[in-house]
Amino acid sequence: MTEPVLSRNFNIPDACMIEVAEKRGAYQTARRAIMTQTPEEIGQAVTASNLRGLGGAGFPTGKKWQFLPKDRTRPVYLVVNADEGEPGTFKDRYILERDPHQLLEGILLAAYAIRCQKAYVYIRGEYVEPWRRLQNALDQATAKKYFGKNIFGTSFSLEVVIHRGAGAYICGEETGLLNSLEGWKGFPRLKPPFPAIVGLFNCPTIMNNVETLSCIPHIVKNGPDWFASLGSPGNGGTHLFSVSGHVNRPGVYEMPMGTPLKEIIEKAGGVRQGHRLKAVIPGGISAKILTADEADVRMDYDSLRAAGTMLGSAGIIVMDETTCMVKALLYATKFFAHESCGQCSPCREGTGWAYKIVKRIYEGKGRMRDLDVLLSVAKGMEGRTICAFADAASWPVQSYILKFRAEFEDYIRRTSSGRD
Amino acid sequence: MINITIDGKQIQVAEGTTIIQAIDQNGMDLPRYCYHPGLSIAGNCRICQVEIEKAPKTVIACNTKVTEGMVIYTRSPKAKESQQVVLEYLLANHPLDCPVCDQSGECKLQDYYMDYGLYSPKFDDPKVKKTKKAFPIGPTIMLDQERCILCSRCVRFCDEITRTHELGIFNRGNRAEVDLGPGKVLDNPYSGNLADVCPVGALTDRDFRFKLRVWYLGSQESVCPGCARGCNTYIHYERSRPYPLKTQRVMRLKPRENPAVNQWWMCDGGRYAYPSIDKERNLFVRIRKSGVLLQTDWQGGLDAAAKLICETKGSWGLLISAQLTNEELYLSKRLFVDFLKWKSVGFRSRLDFGVEDDFLIKKDKNPNAFGVKALLGLDETSIDSVLQDAEQRPPEGLFVFAHDLDKILGTQRFKQLRSKIKNIIFVGPQENATALASDVLLPSACYAEIDGTFTNFEGRVQRIRKALEPTGSARPLVEILQGLEMRLGERQTMQATEEVFAELAKQNAFFSGLNYDLLGHSGRLGNNGPAAAKGKK
Repeated sequence: MTEPVLSRNFNIPDACMIEVAEKRGAYQTARRAIMTQTPEEIGQAVTASNLRGLGGAGFPTGKKWQFLPKDRTRPVYLVVNADEGEPGTFKDRYILERDPHQLLEGILLAAYAIRCQKAYVYIRGEYVEPWRRLQNALDQATAKKYFGKNIFGTSFSLEVVIHRGAGAYICGEETGLLNSLEGWKGFPRLKPPFPAIVGLFNCPTIMNNVETLSCIPHIVKNGPDWFASLGSPGNGGTHLFSVSGHVNRPGVYEMPMGTPLKEIIEKAGGVRQGHRLKAVIPGGISAKILTADEADVRMDYDSLRAAGTMLGSAGIIVMDETTCMVKALLYATKFFAHESCGQCSPCREGTGWAYKIVKRIYEGKGRMRDLDVLLSVAKGMEGRTICAFADAASWPVQSYILKFRAEFEDYIRRTSSGRD
Repeated sequence: MINITIDGKQIQVAEGTTIIQAIDQNGMDLPRYCYHPGLSIAGNCRICQVEIEKAPKTVIACNTKVTEGMVIYTRSPKAKESQQVVLEYLLANHPLDCPVCDQSGECKLQDYYMDYGLYSPKFDDPKVKKTKKAFPIGPTIMLDQERCILCSRCVRFCDEITRTHELGIFNRGNRAEVDLGPGKVLDNPYSGNLADVCPVGALTDRDFRFKLRVWYLGSQESVCPGCARGCNTYIHYERSRPYPLKTQRVMRLKPRENPAVNQWWMCDGGRYAYPSIDKERNLFVRIRKSGVLLQTDWQGGLDAAAKLICETKGSWGLLISAQLTNEELYLSKRLFVDFLKWKSVGFRSRLDFGVEDDFLIKKDKNPNAFGVKALLGLDETSIDSVLQDAEQRPPEGLFVFAHDLDKILGTQRFKQLRSKIKNIIFVGPQENATALASDVLLPSACYAEIDGTFTNFEGRVQRIRKALEPTGSARPLVEILQGLEMRLGERQTMQATEEVFAELAKQNAFFSGLNYDLLGHSGRLGNNGPAAAKGKK
């Protein structure tokens, strides 16, 4: 990759301050586009760029915007999902902290494209410093009249409200977020209707991830073809990969879509000295784990789906041979049992049930038949709930046990008193 | 209309119908916990899974609308597996304390386990302990959080039907529990419905708890006599069993679905009024001899009443009651107004006090004031002129249905009136001061012991059915009145209640064209509704 796109300002001191950001070109694309282009033109550019939602689901962004009703009887809202909570993922945090104006310019362009006058940023409650910097950036940009009434002297107006979450993972789910934003408990909503038709305050709503929106100024500036050419077919642009675990230099690395996973791991300094790769989670804790043998994959939506896992939030968790898979699964199941909203019975009971069994195995009271029970408990949750949380909770259990069954069996044999 | 196929059966349903509605409309079966036709769709229990042809996953029937040509399977292997799997999650942390649970026998966890479950359970770890077990959350309802499956029906009932918002779901994951909001008590006038709304043993009725296992209950369709709404009910009475509770026969009332009257609900006032069925009842025929009321048999009682009426040449005062059925009112009119030509007739249904709301509860606390107006052309305060007449120009006698003059007039005025009037005949199910001051006391059956019809405030004629034998020596009023008719020479044969209704439908324009078959389970509006009754005098 020649030039960084999303991370070009990450190492510029004080890039979160508007004076620095403006010198680096912030808001110039938005000014030109809003003054000279129609909203439809921006929407078409986004569609043509093959930009896909970078929050995890990978849905084509331009297509999502087209779901808005054609004849508007109600206001349209743009909601920015900054509730980055997927374990192993910290890319949005970098944007919020190091280049918030990039996101704000993206919000400006997206709102213009979907003809929206009010946008909400729902930011993870634990992200205190990112919130301070984003709020500060918004205040500075508003003072410079980049937000407010009649932006750039046009008839376009936009107000942005930053709302802090209160610590629930499920509020990062699109409709759970909407409920939380409205002041309700963060229960995901039944679909249909989808938010593009009935969303925030019962109005048509588009929700995009921080990184997704941050791509838009670059698409508008450099053209959709340029953006599409950065990635792999059907997976436009670059992506911020969060690399953590047993690597020498954990951190966020911007790479084109479709970069081989091993190349990203190498970029992060490779696996710790003297150790070898055992397993890697490619897309946050919800994604199915890959064994070292399976790690020769390209990091884009379609390639990883073909490999039986998913790109998800692109949170790469690297595990070397010192990792105990029972313990790794213990943390994964504990997380999902803790964070299940408790609305749907399969997820509410299934996540807690799976955690209990794994905990018992970990504590040396495992039985061989527990593994099959675990698999069926996980499988039973899949695809039977309102939102994708149960799927996400199910996949680690299924993939860890199926791919490392011998290790689980060995653990049980070594630790258990033999009760069965 | 949309054509769909459910389990091979071709069906037409209206556009916008959900699969579960289509299933219900066609008398098919599908398990459900969170779905309730009277509440919003929550889609959280996940048990109503069905397979749709060409769809990759099973879907929930409650939130899926039918589309043209949709082919649905409710009992395919895929659908059955989904239903079974979901049930196992629902039961994983359930305490399975059926032997001590009052819901046993009418619990949807039990029912669906037998119908859709029958798996061998895999859960083998300690169950989640919840905060509250068997805890009263208001005067009528007990909450057991461990039995709760968090379907949120109760929360939605309080949010959407009563709009009182007492309940919420607190905490998350498998620690989630239903509880009262801070500082709230569940004491709204419809709180008893929560015991019906709850599909499991989490919310139970404090009034009914531990009184009787539900499989000892008999059930009969009826109508609540508590106000002019006429909510459709089931009377749940005790069937004979080895150890009967001697004092009380009716164990509880449950609302019966009628979209036009009460939907699925009833108020607490009506629900918990059932003890009166077995309270302060007139058990014996009694006649006054040398100033004392003495027991006698029906022969003696009816002869005595007929004799009193025959011996007096002049007109009596008649106090009719809006507690009577249409059939009883009609017979009273036939005998007293048409045959005996009594002129001074009145009844009372107080509208000057009493609660009314914008939902079910009506100010008029009688079930059949409409019927009195339609059949006798009287208004609610007509009792006043009858009593004033009686006080000023005492009639030969007073024939009283159910009313207690001691309460209406006050003890002092009633005593004065009693001393001026030679004869009082009292007919009613409940004993009161007027009954005890009468010369002939005829015990009549109460609403739970007879067949008949009431007409509710909007002119809907609804059937009540006999759930119990008349208590003591009480008899249905229809028989008592015809007994008098025979003795007074008006007619020779006894008509059954249904025949009485057929005759009144012929005689009275409001009821014209109606019969018991037509009334069926949910009743029918009379002709031209309230307007017809008003016009008729």
